[in-house]
Amino acid sequence: MSINQERTTSFGSATHLVCRACGAHAQLGADYSCFECFGPLEVAYDYGTVTREQIESGPMSLWRYAPLLPVPPNIADTRNLQPGLTRLHRADNLAKVLGITGTLWVKDDSGNPTHSFKDRVVAVAQSAGIQLGFTTLACASTGNLAHAVAAAAARAGQKSVVLVPSNLEQHKIQATAAYNGHVIGIEGNYDDVNRLCGELIGEKISADWGFVNVNLRPYYAEGSKTVGYEIAEQLGWRLPDQVVIPVASGALLTKVDKGWREFIELGLVADRNYRVFGAQATGCNPVATAWRDGAEVVRPVKPDTIAKSLAIGNPADGPYALDAVRRTNGAIGDVTDEEIVEGIRLLAECEGIFGETSGGVTVATTRQLLAQGLLDPTAETVIVNTGEGLKTLDAVATGSGFTATISPSVESVTQVIEGAS
Amino acid sequence: MSVSIRIPTILRTYTGGESVVEVEPTVETLQGSFDALDAAAPGILARLLDDAGALRRFINIYINDDDVRFLDGLSTPTPAGVQISIVPAVAGG
Repeated sequence: MSINQERTTSFGSATHLVCRACGAHAQLGADYSCFECFGPLEVAYDYGTVTREQIESGPMSLWRYAPLLPVPPNIADTRNLQPGLTRLHRADNLAKVLGITGTLWVKDDSGNPTHSFKDRVVAVAQSAGIQLGFTTLACASTGNLAHAVAAAAARAGQKSVVLVPSNLEQHKIQATAAYNGHVIGIEGNYDDVNRLCGELIGEKISADWGFVNVNLRPYYAEGSKTVGYEIAEQLGWRLPDQVVIPVASGALLTKVDKGWREFIELGLVADRNYRVFGAQATGCNPVATAWRDGAEVVRPVKPDTIAKSLAIGNPADGPYALDAVRRTNGAIGDVTDEEIVEGIRLLAECEGIFGETSGGVTVATTRQLLAQGLLDPTAETVIVNTGEGLKTLDAVATGSGFTATISPSVESVTQVIEGAS
Repeated sequence: MSVSIRIPTILRTYTGGESVVEVEPTVETLQGSFDALDAAAPGILARLLDDAGALRRFINIYINDDDVRFLDGLSTPTPAGVQISIVPAVAGG
């Protein structure tokens, strides 16, 4: 049938959806919850052959991995933000401070169009939403996703509706509002917003809305694989010894691991044992707690942390993040708000990378896991900075300002600099 | 006196497409409300609870604004007038 042929092409090499919990199959559609057990649906593919040369000759964006995503082959020619292919910095200064003697790398996803890794997942979800006939792009967000959705919708000429906790950082709200979509503050935390979006599915008001992280979630989540793909390609088609990834819903960590296993299966990198570590804020640490307790179940918490982008108290992919960490002999740590601010400053002063609070969480947790002997200081390590510090300026407001305010004279400058040395 | 239960799209095949079902439980707990729901929408209980009678892992249940995991689970009281919401759990992030 021509419709089926068209649909197959529209989702690239994706073939169907499969439940991660019970294995039941579903057709490619706007479903996110298994009809049998309510488990999360995931995209399944028939990749065929994918080569390094094919990827290297592709677009200078995440669309170079289009053959491994549920998107049409001509996706790079469509109207979207073309995110991805962010820089992988060798971080020798930070390595020295942290006592890492193996090489340290920072995958800096603040280099995306709206300055967080969320541009990746939105780009993939947006493509699926268009294929499925949605005219409005929507989401539940802790801020970065709202920004990414509003911008992506604007570029594609779509409408957008983003729902966020009303206590979100002002900078994130203002940046999102610039794109002139609906930015709706919800009285409650992210988990309340998420619940509301779940309830909106199937309602008349939202019938044309593709919620990137609800009814488009299977496609959305696949975008995170590209962080893993890029790290491997940028390291010269190989995997590092260990990686530290911030954990909110747990999807990024889970999908970086999935991406690396796919690269191994496709023969794009050599098979090896790598270790996956997670980073959370102490004020929202349900996955870290489950890891420490050896628990299978992630008990929800009520978040209270400055790392609002990680403040998901009931993480959808928490159990799968735990699985990946345990399978690879990793660990998950959590750090206090004070340590998060120190982490932000450390990354900035050592490497010239101003990360948002989640970046601070990752750096501080890396330091903690090294101190606990859980991370190997002699191994090659990649840490992931998922967002831009300009979005969470309030976190570093204390102690940030002029070094001095002086009269415009050489003498005054000399006095300040020599006085400080 | 009744409680209202919000039904997710995925379970509306049991409720004739209705998104909200009013029930009058004889026992005023979440379990009692679910039993009353199952009487009105036969078969739905087996979708909400596993074989051991526990809430399925990938379902979130809210009573008014609170996740029942922070309350007493199936034993949580559901006095007349409360709103129960059933939401598949895998969204977000």
